[in-house]
Amino acid sequence: MKSATAAGTPPVPARSRSRKSVTGTRTVVAALFLLPALVLLGALVVYPIGYSIVRSFCNASGDRFAGLDNYRALFTDSGIRTALKNNVIWVVFAPTVATALGLIFAVLTERVRWGTAFKLVVFMPMAISMLAAGIIFRLVYDQDPDKGVANAVWVGVHDTFAPSSAFPRAHPGRNSPLVPDRGGFITSATVRVGQPVSLPLVGVAPDRMPKDAKRAVRAEPEPGKVTGTTWQDFTRGRGVGRLGEVDPSELGYAGMRIEAVKDGRVVASTKAAADGTFTLPAQADGARLRLPADNFREPYGGVDWLGPSLVTPAIIGSYVWMWAGFAMVLIAAGLAGVPRELLEAARVDGANEWQVFRRVTVPLLAPVLAVVVVTLMINVLKIFDLVYIIAPGSSQDDANVLALELYRKGFSEGRPDIASAIAVFLLLLVVPVMLFNMRRLRREVR
Amino acid sequence: MRSTSSTIRTHRTAGTTRITRTAKAARVVAAVAAGALAFSLTACGGGRNSDGQDGGDTRTTTTVTLPRLDGTTLEVAAVWTGSEQTNFKKVLAEFERRTGARVTFVPAQDPIVNFLGSKIAGGRPPDVALLPQPGAIRQAVERKWAKPLGPEVREQLAKNYSQRWQDIGTVDGTPYGVYYKAANKSLIWYNARVFENAGASEPRTWKDLLTTARLIYDSGVTPFSVGGADGWTLTDWFENVYLSQAGPEKYDRLAQRRIKWTDPSVRDALTTLAQIWSRKEYLAGGPDGALQTEFPASVTQTFTGGDQPKAGMVYGGDFAQVNIAETGAEAGTDAKVFPFPAVGDTAPVVSGGDAAVILKDSRAAQALVTFLASPDAATIQAGLGGYLSPNRNVPDSAYPNEVQRRIARALIDAGDDFRFDMSDQAPQAFGGTPGKGEWKALQDFLKNPGDVAGTQARLERDAAAAHGDGS
Repeated sequence: MKSATAAGTPPVPARSRSRKSVTGTRTVVAALFLLPALVLLGALVVYPIGYSIVRSFCNASGDRFAGLDNYRALFTDSGIRTALKNNVIWVVFAPTVATALGLIFAVLTERVRWGTAFKLVVFMPMAISMLAAGIIFRLVYDQDPDKGVANAVWVGVHDTFAPSSAFPRAHPGRNSPLVPDRGGFITSATVRVGQPVSLPLVGVAPDRMPKDAKRAVRAEPEPGKVTGTTWQDFTRGRGVGRLGEVDPSELGYAGMRIEAVKDGRVVASTKAAADGTFTLPAQADGARLRLPADNFREPYGGVDWLGPSLVTPAIIGSYVWMWAGFAMVLIAAGLAGVPRELLEAARVDGANEWQVFRRVTVPLLAPVLAVVVVTLMINVLKIFDLVYIIAPGSSQDDANVLALELYRKGFSEGRPDIASAIAVFLLLLVVPVMLFNMRRLRREVR
Repeated sequence: MRSTSSTIRTHRTAGTTRITRTAKAARVVAAVAAGALAFSLTACGGGRNSDGQDGGDTRTTTTVTLPRLDGTTLEVAAVWTGSEQTNFKKVLAEFERRTGARVTFVPAQDPIVNFLGSKIAGGRPPDVALLPQPGAIRQAVERKWAKPLGPEVREQLAKNYSQRWQDIGTVDGTPYGVYYKAANKSLIWYNARVFENAGASEPRTWKDLLTTARLIYDSGVTPFSVGGADGWTLTDWFENVYLSQAGPEKYDRLAQRRIKWTDPSVRDALTTLAQIWSRKEYLAGGPDGALQTEFPASVTQTFTGGDQPKAGMVYGGDFAQVNIAETGAEAGTDAKVFPFPAVGDTAPVVSGGDAAVILKDSRAAQALVTFLASPDAATIQAGLGGYLSPNRNVPDSAYPNEVQRRIARALIDAGDDFRFDMSDQAPQAFGGTPGKGEWKALQDFLKNPGDVAGTQARLERDAAAAHGDGS
């Protein structure tokens, strides 16, 4: 019992002095019992910390004193500065969002019948390692909507409102009569009644053609009408075949919209038939023909989740997914200790549910919330694995955090000196939070 | 030979005093058996080699003679994993059979120099390590880790390696490294079906490559897949263009920082690259998509999807075969390869490789490196696939398929004209760290190919910082 208190927290001075006065051998016994713990702590915690501090004042190879150079590098290196900035974002947002969500979950699960099952599900992500979570979210955020869930949902929603077109990749081939215009293409010359027009394009793969597309046919001249053909001027295995001519196996662009433009105004428009032919009325005489941009709208690619601008929020999202359950469980435990009478009394006094939550539950939970936030803060300061795994190489720089920079400097750039300085800096950052937590715990014990 | 066997005896007796009785008996039996095996295998090896050889060349038929090393143990460290590791262990097994030594493979992590640094600081370096970069060999020598190669190894080196391969394993006139494994990084793989559908043919020059790309684009397939999430694929693109356009001399000077990155030749190379990189419709997924595609995915997406893969061509060294095999595509029929086209007068050959370096000098370590420098070792691993040897005396027939033979031939035929991967020669902070230095600069260039001057300035700044004072 005595040794346990001694090993746990430093003994309160007054009591220990009184103990010593009883018999002198106690100190020896106490030291004997403390020895294994001290040796382990010394070898595994104190020595590494001390060595890191010493190392952070030496140069890269560790044979010369470098003064404060490494610490100066901490605040001048742009990579470390980004890391520092990101760490601040992490520390501010990740614990608060996770705690807020945990609070909401905890309060709500108290009221539903399947609360325990719900809690279990929310807590589940805690059971997997950061590494596995990282790999999962790397896939979730994949750019390709066929692989990444996030983009699949996003693209699905987007496409319900703005469907993509049939010929996204069609473009003029060599020596084409068409030139780019407002995202579509327009003929460089004007068209005349009775002279069939060719509007050849390339770049639509045969199996991506509309199902009803038929073999392209050269349009016949019609009196009083402008006629023409728009088709895929590309024969499988043979390139364009005869350039600008309809070859036997080439398909018409069924459903391509065609506009006749005169002086910037659309005077007539039509759609191509299954064989690519189209007919415009006589007003089109002397106009230029335009294939407007909506024929060529690219399929929506979704959000660039892991691009430079969104990568940190995206990774914070995955962190919250993991740790909201942890916050919830702690807060739910705190909630169980809240006296029901107070809530009842507030309700009797006429407070609505929001007021009860805002004015009674949250203030009573404040100590627990503080512990959860602070624990998560310490946890977030040393975040490494999620960032290392989720951020692709090209945006690792933008997602950088101190722990990752420490790893990169120490293990892939061969700068153990700067890495040690980062480690010491991280330790300094954690110390105030840790002190706060310890003080709080001690107060609670009393 | 006689002197060798007497030393073996002393070794064995020295060993037996330490081990138990049963183990001793087993060891003796094993030694005898190993000796017998070694003899028969030497005979087998000789026969096989003479079959494969077209001329009556006797050099490879007389396989390298190795001393008997019963009772000695060796550790070999390399970063290889998967089948590469398994295949290399088969080579080590052959060495164990011939000599009786026991060889343990120590899996290392990249960057291996740091891995070795901690091993050496701990007082237990592996006997032999395979270092991937010439810079690493130099570092190892400067830190007094590497031990010079003995006369037997030098003899093998002179016999089997072109001058340049010997030179890049040499530091200040003393040979330290034997390039056991090589990579041919001047290859473009293509989906044969896409080329057939488009009616395209293998390009030989950069201009042809652009025409081919256009043809493939016109057929409805994106021409290129770029694994831009891994910065090294981009540096390899650059190096191939630069080597071919500016020539080997300029290449060496840039690698050794005798010219700056702001040199006009770099501008030309970047401008040339931009002819492909600036056309977002030429890159699978556009630049943003490319920057999130890792190299393995860039290969697999080129060879999956039937008539409509995500891209028609992908840059990749010979090692891309591993990823191609994952897709079920057959290298040589579904997935074909052509050498990186010539931008200037001649097509570039950029290569990489792993050099065996001795860290703990002993007769056994020398013997192992001698073995690795011989065609015998290389022939074994060549037959297992996924491996190229810079050893010019490895017969073509050692390679399991036509694609491998073609790649190997291109590498050997380059003679002394190949160049080692430039980013591998640079300090790690510049040429080998994700999100830093050259990797990041070229990733940003891929995103914004108009900014040639800015990219050059950035490359120069980062290179200066990484080379810098070198403290």
